[in-house]
Amino acid sequence: MIFGLEFPSIENIVEWPNFLFKDSELFGFNKIGFIHFLGLVLPAALFFIAGRQKGLVPKGVRNFVESIIDFIEEQIILPTIGAEGMRYMPMLMSFFLYIFIANITEVIPFFQMPATARMAGPLVLALVAWVAFIAVGVKHNGMGYFKSVLFPSGVPKPLYLLVTPIELLSTFIIRPFSHAVRLFANMLAGHILIVTFAVLCIGLWAAKPTVIVELLTFPGLIAFTAFEVGVSLIQAFVFTILAAVYIGLALHPEH
Amino acid sequence: MSIASTTAQVLAQVDIDADGLKAAEGASSAGFAYGLAAIGPGIGIGYLVGQAVQAMARQPESAGTVQTTMFLGIAFTEALALIGFVVFILLKFV
Repeated sequence: MIFGLEFPSIENIVEWPNFLFKDSELFGFNKIGFIHFLGLVLPAALFFIAGRQKGLVPKGVRNFVESIIDFIEEQIILPTIGAEGMRYMPMLMSFFLYIFIANITEVIPFFQMPATARMAGPLVLALVAWVAFIAVGVKHNGMGYFKSVLFPSGVPKPLYLLVTPIELLSTFIIRPFSHAVRLFANMLAGHILIVTFAVLCIGLWAAKPTVIVELLTFPGLIAFTAFEVGVSLIQAFVFTILAAVYIGLALHPEH
Repeated sequence: MSIASTTAQVLAQVDIDADGLKAAEGASSAGFAYGLAAIGPGIGIGYLVGQAVQAMARQPESAGTVQTTMFLGIAFTEALALIGFVVFILLKFV
């Protein structure tokens, strides 16, 4: 209770009932699962439709898809990994589109919930990125990858007592955690922000309908919805670019 | 002495139970946790974006690279505030 308004508890705004496998204890399928499923199917369908188009000059859907590919190439891969990073394009592209679709449902009516505001989704994605950069490092540098990360060259010998545990923690343990929490906490914060403004609007509407415009709560709700569209895009971009940076660091650990 | 005895009297009259006390402590420390966690990253992101804008104004042709690096820096700086936010959620709701 704040100012006489009853705010919903956190369970009310992030937990959804199952609408498939209602009686099963092992399985469940709720809105979050459905959004994750959409994040898988929509990009695949988009690329399938674009791939069927023949001809040299792209138009329509193919034009759109090629502009996404250009964006990933120009803004994410070339500045962080370089030209040899183009082979990781499919993975980074899937990250970007999947996270963007899971984020943008925050502002789409009838969904009104970012699927990435539950820790399970970002955690799995961050673990995929974690496995990917370790695999890239081992593939390109052999076991010397771990040596170059844990025992960086140019450090005086006694300092390894201090440097090695810090590098071990920051590279292999904290990195996937902070990678996941960055996405999760941003989206949960945005979701709570929008819920707060919606609750304010409803409470003031119940008290006196005209007051919601006077107190700028309804314009505030619209402004924050627009702000969250930007946040969805930026967070998808940031998650993807960090995955690219980690892969780039694993490719050339000496930098 | 009088203050302590007055506080004790007030507490005896208000009759706060253990759960209520725990919730109140959780709520106030949650506010402190997020507020304190937001100070450093706030200054950091402001400084970072200011320097990036300066770099872009001085050298508009490198705006793309600066922008990418800026978002990267923001992502790393912001992590501290976000961990503070997670602590807030844990203290307030769990």
